Amino acid sequence: MKYFEDIRVGDVYEVGRYTFTADNIKAFATRFDPQSFHVDEAAAARSHFGGLVASGWHTAVAWMRLMIDYRRRMDEAMRARGEPVAGIGPALGFRELKWLKPVYVGDTVAYKSEVIETRLSDSRPGSGLMTFRSTGVNQNGEPVISLVSITFVERRRETP
Amino acid sequence: MPKLHWEDFKPGAVAFYGPRLVTREEIVAFAAEFDPQPMHLDEAAASATMLGGLGASGWHTCCLLMRIIADGFVLDSSSMGSPGIEEVRWLKPLRPGMQIRVRSTVLESRPSKSRPDMGLTKFRYEVLDEIGSVLTTMVTTAMLGRRQPEARP
Repeated sequence: MKYFEDIRVGDVYEVGRYTFTADNIKAFATRFDPQSFHVDEAAAARSHFGGLVASGWHTAVAWMRLMIDYRRRMDEAMRARGEPVAGIGPALGFRELKWLKPVYVGDTVAYKSEVIETRLSDSRPGSGLMTFRSTGVNQNGEPVISLVSITFVERRRETP
Repeated sequence: MPKLHWEDFKPGAVAFYGPRLVTREEIVAFAAEFDPQPMHLDEAAASATMLGGLGASGWHTCCLLMRIIADGFVLDSSSMGSPGIEEVRWLKPLRPGMQIRVRSTVLESRPSKSRPDMGLTKFRYEVLDEIGSVLTTMVTTAMLGRRQPEARP
């Protein structure tokens, strides 16, 4: 992660894609969200969705995993260039999470995150707070998920 | 037929669901799959972070909340899903071995403008530890089927 001082509003991270399959939709939902339209094709076909759909939580954590992998790649590239890497987290939470369209079997969602605000932290003077909006768009170009998250990012230490 | 419909959730109603014991194994397994950061995976690495020790991913807490309310009432209801989450605050870490419960409060209830067979119910959920401290709060709207769909004008 870049240091807080190097993060700019408007920075965009293209974090990657995730394909939802009947198997991964049902495996996730069986553990965390076993509503019939997430675990049972026949029941889902009779529901207002008309077919098996991913749990919204699955759509969200797929983004989280891609974001972590993206940051890891970014950190490795920075270390390879000999640059120091800033710590990130913990996150405080999120808001305005919108499940905009159902995610069906076979959908591939491309996720990106954009920095929308940076500010200093009163409670942790060694850190700043980064707010970013993340969106997932399916293969037809339709947004399926959007959320706004906020997390601490380490500030550059002044050399004495 | 589901037992619970939109009409059954009145503003101000409070209910408790759970408990659920959260193990170290499931915290690490969830993190390895969806949120592989050191504070969710490894005690030694976690103790050096701002979390001050191993704690569940906030997303794991959300997913556990979902499962607890699913078993608590959603699977017995006419749930039609949710348009989203207004806000989640991760206030305190969920640690291995904690037994959590969910307190649910109905905040608002209104019929859908677009679908006469559906109503919208806004809930506040709080994930509590054994002594009632609030670990996570969530405000979200559920889409629920109506027992008696409104007659079209």
